[in-house]
Amino acid sequence: MPKDYGIGASSKRREDVRFLSGLGNYTDDVVIAGQTYAVFVRSTVAHGRIKSVGTATASAMPGVLAVFTGEDFKDVGGNPAGWLINSRDGTPMREPKRPVLAHGKVRHVGDAYAAVVAETLQQAKDAAQVIADETEIEELPAIVDMAQALADSSNRVHDEIPDNQCFDWGWIEDNRAATEAAFKSAPHVTTLELVNNRLVPNAMEPRASIGEYFPGTGDYKLTTTSQNPHLTRLLIAAFVMGIPENKLTVVAPDVGGGFGSKIYHYGEEALVLAAAKKIKRPVKWVAERSESFLSDAHGRDHVTKIELACDKQGNFLAFRTSTMANVGAYLSNFSTATPTFLHGTLMAGPYKVPHVYVNVKTVFTNTAPVDAYRGAGRPEATYSLERVIDKMCRELNLDPFEVRRKNFLTTDMFPYTTPVGLVYDTGNYQATLDKAMELGDVAGFEKRRVESAKRGKLRGMGLSTWIEACGIAPSNLVGILGSRVGLYDAATVRVNATGNISVMTGAHSHGQGHETVFAQVVAEQLGIPESSIEIVHGDTSKIPFGMGSYGSRSLAVCGTAMTKAVDKIIAKGKKIAAHMLEAAEGDITFADGKFSVAGTDKAKTFGEIAFSAYVPHNYPLETLEPGLEETAFYDPANFTYPAGAYLCEVEVDAETGKVEVCSFTCADDFGNVMNPMIVEGQVHGGVGQGIGQALLENTSYDENGQLLTGSYMDYAMPRADDVPFYTVDASCITPCTHNPLGVKGCGEAGAIGSPPAVVNAVIDALHRGGHTHVTHIDMPVSPSRVWSAMNA
Amino acid sequence: MTKVTMTVNGKAVSGEVEGRTLLSAFLREGLGMTGTHIGCDTSQCGACVVHVDGKAVKSCTMFALDAAGSSVKTIEGMANADGSLGVIQQAFQDHHGLQCGFCTPGMVMSSAALLAENPKPTEAEVRHYLEGNICRCTGYHNIVKAVLAASGQDVSSVAAE
Repeated sequence: MPKDYGIGASSKRREDVRFLSGLGNYTDDVVIAGQTYAVFVRSTVAHGRIKSVGTATASAMPGVLAVFTGEDFKDVGGNPAGWLINSRDGTPMREPKRPVLAHGKVRHVGDAYAAVVAETLQQAKDAAQVIADETEIEELPAIVDMAQALADSSNRVHDEIPDNQCFDWGWIEDNRAATEAAFKSAPHVTTLELVNNRLVPNAMEPRASIGEYFPGTGDYKLTTTSQNPHLTRLLIAAFVMGIPENKLTVVAPDVGGGFGSKIYHYGEEALVLAAAKKIKRPVKWVAERSESFLSDAHGRDHVTKIELACDKQGNFLAFRTSTMANVGAYLSNFSTATPTFLHGTLMAGPYKVPHVYVNVKTVFTNTAPVDAYRGAGRPEATYSLERVIDKMCRELNLDPFEVRRKNFLTTDMFPYTTPVGLVYDTGNYQATLDKAMELGDVAGFEKRRVESAKRGKLRGMGLSTWIEACGIAPSNLVGILGSRVGLYDAATVRVNATGNISVMTGAHSHGQGHETVFAQVVAEQLGIPESSIEIVHGDTSKIPFGMGSYGSRSLAVCGTAMTKAVDKIIAKGKKIAAHMLEAAEGDITFADGKFSVAGTDKAKTFGEIAFSAYVPHNYPLETLEPGLEETAFYDPANFTYPAGAYLCEVEVDAETGKVEVCSFTCADDFGNVMNPMIVEGQVHGGVGQGIGQALLENTSYDENGQLLTGSYMDYAMPRADDVPFYTVDASCITPCTHNPLGVKGCGEAGAIGSPPAVVNAVIDALHRGGHTHVTHIDMPVSPSRVWSAMNA
Repeated sequence: MTKVTMTVNGKAVSGEVEGRTLLSAFLREGLGMTGTHIGCDTSQCGACVVHVDGKAVKSCTMFALDAAGSSVKTIEGMANADGSLGVIQQAFQDHHGLQCGFCTPGMVMSSAALLAENPKPTEAEVRHYLEGNICRCTGYHNIVKAVLAASGQDVSSVAAE
């Protein structure tokens, strides 16, 4: 029987009841008496010099309460980059200021240069249109193509940065010579040039923010769509606005998906706070979807050349990559970490390969900022590796399953230090490959292929194996590598006098189901019902300082902090129990919600101990404080390393080039699984996004920097009829060795492992169908691209 | 401003609206019923689906005045009389057919419309019908499974939820 309670149970999600009843509380649902409405005026040109901003007419329009331009914020701080990267020559990256509102120049379509606050949304929109009409911007040539941006110093996104380059990073620079030598002497080298297509994260809830200012106390409150309210508060306080941290509360209520795009602080959040102070009323802003397309941080956008050196049997000797990564017009908070330490450090994959060298040049362009999107750097690394490996297998006529298997690290090699600087603690890549091959019925493929062929369809099978580093991150390590923040987390476990529990966590749930899963974990640890435990998140006035949720870190880092706080509760409970039971503390054991004197039937329930802590009549007050509440901070000892093997089968319509995903099989090792239902759901979602990247989604700017894919009419989101039922398995478990729950993280896996499996399957189908000249098709593998490749 | 009157979830309601006020805005701002969500403003995402006189409608694509005199049903009206989750809502919870919850009201309303006209849809019919509702979290697996389950079909052969 599967467990129906605590760790390992597929507990139904408690948050579902409010979401299914229309009772969620998303930022746009929050209504504050006297609220006003902000609308932003955004650039319609990709690159331009602001001559004048036409605010005069708008300021006098009906209902208009305030108008802001870049001039109003030119003396406040900029939105900072969270990670300092040094170039290969040791020089620090170029960090242009990112203002609240554009000042002097606009640098991408959608760059906000003014804002209006009015009594009603319609009045604000009307005034914003007048400002746009009366503003004079001298259009400059747009910088869109990365190679051109690097080559042409005469046209600059930021006037002070001549070649539009942010940095030129080598990882690991000391390995470069040895890697080059390995290539020189290698019996075989496979080279592949590829594009990792730019994506718009597209959380279904658009960004929204409400600013409040309380003149009586000088306090501010920001209600906003954030994955990490404390980080947002820190950025606003320390860098952008100079509001003392203790005068600003940031609340992220129910948040409708993030996928990375709601990690970052955006200028709109600062604007609504400044406006609220100015007009002494609440100011609300809700993005329209077109604003989301134009101004949310995008993802991916790498142009990569990858080379693989091997012997004739396919044993890997070295990998080398050269990548241009687009950072867009400004540095979003983690945009410099994503193509570097979240990408280059994964470039050894799950393989034993002696030499790896990664070069990444990051480039400013007149496009929206690019930052971490589900997987963040790791999908790019996995895609490059798994595509080039497949190409090599084809060149040498080797079996792609066996090549991966013989290059895998083996279970006796852990802990294993990779040539790109990570220490993998544990894993079993053979096991997940075996499981994927079994569940995906590799043996039966040929029969299915013949059946497809009878219907005129070309069938192919694609494999990818993946690994990621999550549970971000050991602060001392990331500090050495340039991070400007720590990446620990925190939890407070408050046992109330009546024995129920409030857990305040630094994690933030925006779809992951923390309210359910965290309660399962604490219920198991304390032996009390899940229903007695409430998980509190998303409000800086209630929760301890934590860094929020992204990078599959919630259970591995925040869950560990929570576990450590529970341990402290149990330790204190033992002291109280020892006093009440007149026994030595060392003789007290805790199990099943009871403190017992070992070897006797004397015991106190958890509820009795809690009550005693708050009504301390019979209590060791001379040695022990009353109350039962503990906080723990946890800084992880290492990253965690989930890994897996994905199999995709496609049918290609030879007439039209349309690709249909027939089946998708995932075998993952996430370490211990707390709630199988939720873990599977996370993988489904990631795979859906990965299939979207592989077949459908693309963010397209024209040569003038106009976004051609700025709505759901133009940007092809995966829909229900684009994907199949998935087969998902997480039964191959090697528990993480350095956190008490043994968990690794599952949030990004699907988006990391799936794109190369899909593309490998398409290429396989074309080869089996006789189109052996096709070695690569860039994502999205659209019908026109497939047809063109087949008919080239 | 014009007075508009309609029935929402069985109750007569009225309010003052402009000609350009959308039904979605009237529900959310006029009536304070924020279960209906706005995800795209362009009638693409389906988060705002409600029923108007029994038909699924994207409420961001209809003026409030056009719904005058109509009977409107929203996610807030989908529970059983005793307040417990209705069959489709319960199937979404049982099969983990939602994550962030933002697309969910529209998904439930579209699913209800589907099952009203096609009580035992095939997997392909469910996927086709829900093509106008975008979800970014679930990869659709558990949504499709939940709708099939809500129709009374056995979903035990579908891979784990």
